[in-house]
Amino acid sequence: MRPVGVLVFPGSNCEHDVVRALGELGAPAELVWHAETDLSGYDGLVLPGGFAHGDYLRPGALARFSPVMGAVADAAAQGRPVLGICNGFQILTEAGLLPGALQQNTGLTFISRPVALRVSSNQSVLTRTTPVGTRLVIPINHFSGAYTCDDATYAQLVAGGQVVLTYEDNPNGSRGDIAGIANAAGNVVGLMPHPERAMSSLLGSADGRGLLSAFIESTVLAA
Amino acid sequence: MEFALQVDVTLREGIADPAGATIERALPALGFSGVHRMRAGKTFLFAVEAPDEAAARAIAADLAARLLSNPVIEDARVRGDVS
Repeated sequence: MRPVGVLVFPGSNCEHDVVRALGELGAPAELVWHAETDLSGYDGLVLPGGFAHGDYLRPGALARFSPVMGAVADAAAQGRPVLGICNGFQILTEAGLLPGALQQNTGLTFISRPVALRVSSNQSVLTRTTPVGTRLVIPINHFSGAYTCDDATYAQLVAGGQVVLTYEDNPNGSRGDIAGIANAAGNVVGLMPHPERAMSSLLGSADGRGLLSAFIESTVLAA
Repeated sequence: MEFALQVDVTLREGIADPAGATIERALPALGFSGVHRMRAGKTFLFAVEAPDEAAARAIAADLAARLLSNPVIEDARVRGDVS
């Protein structure tokens, strides 16, 4: 099994948690600096949370122009699993690999707490093994997490089963309670909650394990 | 020639603007009445080298669309020579 590449931008800060979480689930994972342009050695990619390029201008706006992003787009187009968590989700929308945008939370506060989610579609590399309707408790940790898109995009997301996770009690003003979406093919997923922080019931929740295990299996299947 | 230009970026109509709404809610307490449709945004000031102002504005418009704003949620307006 080839490793999962965990991208590191200047200002990323969840990359070590992701490597550790994937390792605990049996997947080798390697950190990949954002200046890299060859991602052919990785069967799956994770864009972790943090504040890439300081989140200056808008979260993800500058990271989108990092040298690595061309290879990320190629991997996404080839059907390789690509997962964006929190800031990684923001980067994927800015890069146009996922539709819509993440804007400031309605309450203008940074929110850091566990939230209840529902799996609303299986058609993604992250949720393919978790039944629709399953309730998960996973932490969020963001200032700009309110998912926004126009009416046509929203209708398309709903009709295509691309809304993969929704909030039970919307914390940030996100459209349609959206916590995570996938592209039409299901191989590119972005979510605001942090599954890598929900790895142990002793620490509050182990609900991230099933999602990340499904992602790892998807990288093997896509290879 | 060098032209001093300005790009104003605001959230598009119909997109929630929590900062603008919060400012507007504070106005009555400060004694302001009759102030509506408050929108918060960002301003970028920069200089562009180009043969004429039209060319400079075209460069600024491209920069505004591709980097300074996210067209999914924001509008960008280029303002003329502000030197």
